[in-house]
Amino acid sequence: MTAARTLVAGEATGDVLVLDEPLSFWGGIDPGSGEIIDVHHPQRGANVAGRVLVMPGGRGSSSSSSVFAEAIRAGTAPAAIVLLEPDPIVALGAIVARELYGTQVPVVVAEAEVPIGRLVVEAGLGGARLEPA
Amino acid sequence: MPVELAERDRALLSGTHGEASALAMRVVLEMAEVMGATGLIDVASAHVDGCLYHGRAGLDFAERLAAGGASVSVPTTLNVAYLDLLHPELNRGDPATRADARRQMDLYVSMGCRPTWTCAPYQLPERPAFGQHVAWAESNAIAFCNSVLGARTNRYGDFIDICAAITGRVPFAGLHRDEERRARLVLRLDGVPDKLIDSDALYPVLGHVLGREAGSAVAAIVGLPTDTSEDRLKAIGAAAASSGSVAMFHVVGVTPEASNLRTATGGEPVPEVVLTMDRLRAAREELSTADADHLGAVSLGTPHASLAELERLAGLLGQGRPLVPIYVNTARDVLAEAGRGGLLATLEAAGVQVVTDTCTYLTPIMGEVDGPVMTDSGKWAWYAPANIGAEVVFGGMEDCVLSALAGRVVRDETVWSSS
Repeated sequence: MTAARTLVAGEATGDVLVLDEPLSFWGGIDPGSGEIIDVHHPQRGANVAGRVLVMPGGRGSSSSSSVFAEAIRAGTAPAAIVLLEPDPIVALGAIVARELYGTQVPVVVAEAEVPIGRLVVEAGLGGARLEPA
Repeated sequence: MPVELAERDRALLSGTHGEASALAMRVVLEMAEVMGATGLIDVASAHVDGCLYHGRAGLDFAERLAAGGASVSVPTTLNVAYLDLLHPELNRGDPATRADARRQMDLYVSMGCRPTWTCAPYQLPERPAFGQHVAWAESNAIAFCNSVLGARTNRYGDFIDICAAITGRVPFAGLHRDEERRARLVLRLDGVPDKLIDSDALYPVLGHVLGREAGSAVAAIVGLPTDTSEDRLKAIGAAAASSGSVAMFHVVGVTPEASNLRTATGGEPVPEVVLTMDRLRAAREELSTADADHLGAVSLGTPHASLAELERLAGLLGQGRPLVPIYVNTARDVLAEAGRGGLLATLEAAGVQVVTDTCTYLTPIMGEVDGPVMTDSGKWAWYAPANIGAEVVFGGMEDCVLSALAGRVVRDETVWSSS
């Protein structure tokens, strides 16, 4: 089990996709498909939809919260986001999507190394944990 | 630790001021928890980015707020949006998207935001004072606000920007606090010749490196002249907030919280990165995706051009006639000023297409361009390939204008040589 801090509560299961560099959702993913479109990103072409997305942090644009919320609405967002450093703009997208659509996309900050494979993310008010599915 | 709320915060939360205020306060409060804040503070003003259409979710949020009776409680400016309302014929997007985008813009105006439609609100006459707490969105404006104005804002994203404007409150965390504003990293220019320091082309490249090195940390740059202009600082911040998450930087001897290195760092020992010409040249190459001399168009004014930049553009064009389209993005307020002084007429006579309210990398304005687009903006160079599928060549404004006049890419390589 890996401990984590909850930024946005929720439960999700998915295959881990580890990003090698931070990603700005605005200009970084296509909310219509979930594909990474940032030409500077080493994982351009990968798809984040339904994955447990492990990312070092966000990057750049303050529109990322909007693009993330739109991806959640459109069903192309990651199932959960595991940050290595807190990024309020990422959390914000999930919070507003929950307000608007009742969706639950957990956003957590990992406190130890994140295992690869298929993971269950459980993020509650008391804390969060990541476990192999 | 729970977030301490004032009585009026609790009143907003409980819905006594309406549904929209309650929603806005819920978002501010939850973000306070995310940011680890123990309380909220007042803001004097806000700059809102949520007016830019990215799909249904942003519009749904604006509809929800407006239906709940939302109205801003502090002076609030609006960022660029999807449409150029002064030159609507330029947008080639599909009518349904245009209608939704227009609706989203109108909703934000209906909440009491000023239709400034600019990503450079710091170029408007009334801008935040040193030390003032504000809630700004738009990454380049956030960097400028903290670094150059010495006003205080965090990286507020779409949604919390308008929530802060409605409630007048933000979490007391991050860059609102003295200790978080100190440099944790020094970037020292080493062996950069004066001719490059004197060239506009340096500053977006320097910002690009800053973003790469600093990530989200506050860094101090050492080695720039004390008279470095606001336009050059703007170029640094815009590029740094694209390649990184930079919300604040210091330029020692230039920006207001960095009269010397000790002030910038608070006297703490911090790691130092030496920026050599090799590093700067490599960063410059990273900003271009095309390397042939074929040229399709030129795009300037990202962030929105200042009056000084428009004057410089007119001066560089002189009596020349560009062989490829030149677009320049600016604020409608700056355009009005340019109109009064005859500058706009000069630019239009030279064939320059002025774009307001939006930006050429956000919306389908440029249409089918035959070849790479040249830009003097690190931010445009960073985002345009993904956003509008353009191939990009980076150069200083002079390079861009000379290239437009020649109809092919011309870049002054001498400023990038080491001696």
